[in-house]
Amino acid sequence: MITLTINGTRHDVSSDPATPLLYVLRDELGLHGAKYGCGFGQCGACTVMVDGRAVYSCVTPVAALPGREIKTVEGLGTIDSPGPMQRAFMDEQAAQCGYCIPGMMMRAQALLEQNPAAGEQDIRDHLQANLCRCGTHMRILAAVQRAADLMRSAGDGGPSPVTTGAVR
Amino acid sequence: MSPVPHVVSRRGVLAGSGALVMSFALARTAFAQDPQEAQNVGEEARKPLPQPGSLKNEPLLDAWIRIDADGRITVFTGKAELGQGIKTALLQVAAEQLDVPFESLTLVTADTARTANEGYTAGSHSMQDSGTAILHASAQVRALLVAAAAGRLGVAADRLRTGGAAVTAPDGRSLSYGEIVTAEMLHVNAAPQSPLKDPADHTVMGRPVPRVDIPAKVTGGAAYVQDMRPTGLVHGRIVRPPSPGARLRAVDAAAVEQMPGVLKVVRNGSFLGVVAEGEWPCIQAMRRLAVLARWEGHSDLPDAATIDQTILKLPSQDTDILDTGHLGAPEGRRFEATFTKPYQMHASIGPSCAIAQATRDGMTVWTHSQGAYPLRDALAEMLQVPPDKVRCIHVEGSGCYGHNGADDVAADAALLAVAVPDRPVRVQWMREDEHRYEPYGPAMVAKLTAVLDRSGRIVDWTHDVWSNTHLTRPGRAGHLLPALYLQQPFTPPPPKPLPQPEGGGDRNAIPLYRFPRGRVTNHFIPDMPLRVSALRSLGAYHNVFAIETFLDDLAAAAGIDPVEFRLNHMEDPRARDVISKTAEAFGWSSAGTRRPGTGRGFGFARYKNLGAYTAVALDLTVDRDSGAVTVGRVVAAVDSGEAVNPSGIRNQIEGAIVQSTSWTLFEAVRFDRTRITSRSWADYPILRFDAVPASVEVHIIDRPGQPFLGTGESGQGPTAAAIANAVADATGVRLRDLPLDRAKVRTALGRRPASRAG
Ligand code: FES
Ligand code: FES
Repeated sequence: MITLTINGTRHDVSSDPATPLLYVLRDELGLHGAKYGCGFGQCGACTVMVDGRAVYSCVTPVAALPGREIKTVEGLGTIDSPGPMQRAFMDEQAAQCGYCIPGMMMRAQALLEQNPAAGEQDIRDHLQANLCRCGTHMRILAAVQRAADLMRSAGDGGPSPVTTGAVR
Repeated sequence: MSPVPHVVSRRGVLAGSGALVMSFALARTAFAQDPQEAQNVGEEARKPLPQPGSLKNEPLLDAWIRIDADGRITVFTGKAELGQGIKTALLQVAAEQLDVPFESLTLVTADTARTANEGYTAGSHSMQDSGTAILHASAQVRALLVAAAAGRLGVAADRLRTGGAAVTAPDGRSLSYGEIVTAEMLHVNAAPQSPLKDPADHTVMGRPVPRVDIPAKVTGGAAYVQDMRPTGLVHGRIVRPPSPGARLRAVDAAAVEQMPGVLKVVRNGSFLGVVAEGEWPCIQAMRRLAVLARWEGHSDLPDAATIDQTILKLPSQDTDILDTGHLGAPEGRRFEATFTKPYQMHASIGPSCAIAQATRDGMTVWTHSQGAYPLRDALAEMLQVPPDKVRCIHVEGSGCYGHNGADDVAADAALLAVAVPDRPVRVQWMREDEHRYEPYGPAMVAKLTAVLDRSGRIVDWTHDVWSNTHLTRPGRAGHLLPALYLQQPFTPPPPKPLPQPEGGGDRNAIPLYRFPRGRVTNHFIPDMPLRVSALRSLGAYHNVFAIETFLDDLAAAAGIDPVEFRLNHMEDPRARDVISKTAEAFGWSSAGTRRPGTGRGFGFARYKNLGAYTAVALDLTVDRDSGAVTVGRVVAAVDSGEAVNPSGIRNQIEGAIVQSTSWTLFEAVRFDRTRITSRSWADYPILRFDAVPASVEVHIIDRPGQPFLGTGESGQGPTAAAIANAVADATGVRLRDLPLDRAKVRTALGRRPASRAG
């Protein structure tokens, strides 16, 4: 039995320790935000955060994760009370099919937690690991910049800082 | 509450109610029987009822709109949400014409037990077919309710107002729709006239209403068939042969059945799968099974490097789809060019998935197929049961962009479900299944010739296009991948060309430009070296690429600006508007001085010559050393008729531009002489963020009251052409073989040093 801390809650999981986190999240814990895309660490659909960094859950066995803080898209907020990253994606209507979007949000969240001042080029560089087939990239970029603004203004408690160069 | 109550005109009510007994004289066309016919064609004006959309096939109003006595209103569509935002747009149409709050409506999408059969959700047809049907049905339902309320309230219909799902009299008395409706009231055929609202009064249509599906998608809510977990769910995986033509000789199934969690190994001929309790154990079992399976034989695939030559040599059925007195050699300078396109993939980010459950009553399949009814018929044939024993329910999946593995995986799931009765079986393809076994967009060749007279006008034009079919969608068991491998295999029905005016490989091969003489010939190739089917925009992507890049070369030869050259040959006023708007917003005329290694390009098409008008202008840079092309600023304009949701249209066009950039710069399916070798994103690279344009700006030319033209696929061809034209502008080298990948650009630059490249 392995104990995982996911979105601040401890879960005892019974899956084989070699099982990638993705399948434990989806199959055993009913957290479907992270998606299967390739299983090779090539597309980022399965991206979650571990100790603040973006990781591919499809190639990360749960044996490596006890004692570490796992965060999934469900940990960013709820449909009734969305967090700033989710709010920003809704505001920008940043999805077509949306299958890639939770992975995009989690990688972007990791970036913004490390570098709240990240600009458009930083975001592009950082999201290089994640694929989107619908071509929603322009809106994803706009949404992440909006999320950065929301987080900064929430953090300051002051007025929203000047937005970084708008993509559209 | 709808902020602007709508006053119903007497004429509208009379037209609506007085004609109830008259159904459309049009015979029901056989959607399910013949997939080739499933897409509506043609363009008529909307008034008088005119372009009834799918009402033509399903005229009963309550097939589209149902109102319960408690006031609940449900809208039904036979179309499916594919990430294009159709749910939201259809609800906007219904809310507007019913005069009810948008949020109060419930929408049921494609389900063979509940909705009309609207064939496939494809060809940018959803707004034309379903949007138009719901538009008219909603308007007529509102008129019926008003007519009934007039009787009950003793007030003339033209003095009643609607709004907030109620009919209100001048004295304030009001009846809710739920109070007015009776059991049979809406169980009538649509009338030939609809009292549509004046577009000037619209409060929901034409607005960027937020998509109804996005909140769940960004919060981890249940949004996809991949995420469904019905009680008792088990997982299935399939072991596909190493080469499409290989057959299973032997496999030690017992060794796998002993693995923990494994319920069953299913073998039927060369169809081999496994069912297990958990998903990861199932994958482990599948991998073990793949190691143990022994295959024999293989396909003989053509040489990928010379696929264009192979295509030209295969037997073809030739049809002149345009012949306006082509004279062969009129006076002037003659030009010719050949354009090629490789096989390309849909390459969905989420591999195809389905859940199937076999019970005593029949088979239920949850699927992201684009055609619930055609899939049902194909599954019934494969399972040898009557169609009414199979129910297909659409649930969203990852974006598909055409006929991907959705139907095949539904068949996989159904075959496994039969082996474990009552248990819902979820099958999701592995990445390598999706890459190797989805039906690809066909490789194509186009040869164009033109004659330019002394004044710089095109006086003669020919276009020959060679392609396989672009439609092997179900309808029949032989269209389903696993059915080809069964002990008693099904054979694929003979491929047929999709007829004009929409066309398949010849889609958009007829130029919209006005040339005095021309001939266009479709060379349809029945033999399929690789399994192929519909990929977003079908042949239009390649034909528009060919026409629009050829035009640029001709413009250069004539010494005329490419945008001006296009306008010189274009009479259609809406096309001219889109071209001019794009050029103006881009600042085309002033973009005269450019740095070395940078170029600008333009592309235009009216999709299918029937749908949306789209033009794209962009600039880009070419890196001489690496051959990398980086798209900078992109400006597009689109006219897709009356714009129901501008944000949705913009989203679709932005997506089309970025996706077409990926196809055009990166994509080709790789294969050796027996197998597909594109097995993952490593060997089928697509665009990543470093190749995303610097900016994309989409202008909508709204046409209130005009028919919906659909949007989803219209940007693919113009983007490809604009990129190729900009690469030629930047380097002085014209590339006509897709994709314009780094190696090709590098080689081309090495071969002919460019005048302007940096
Ligand atoms: S599914 Fe993990 S990177 Fe693709
Ligand atoms: S929105 Fe569909 S893959 Fe990104």
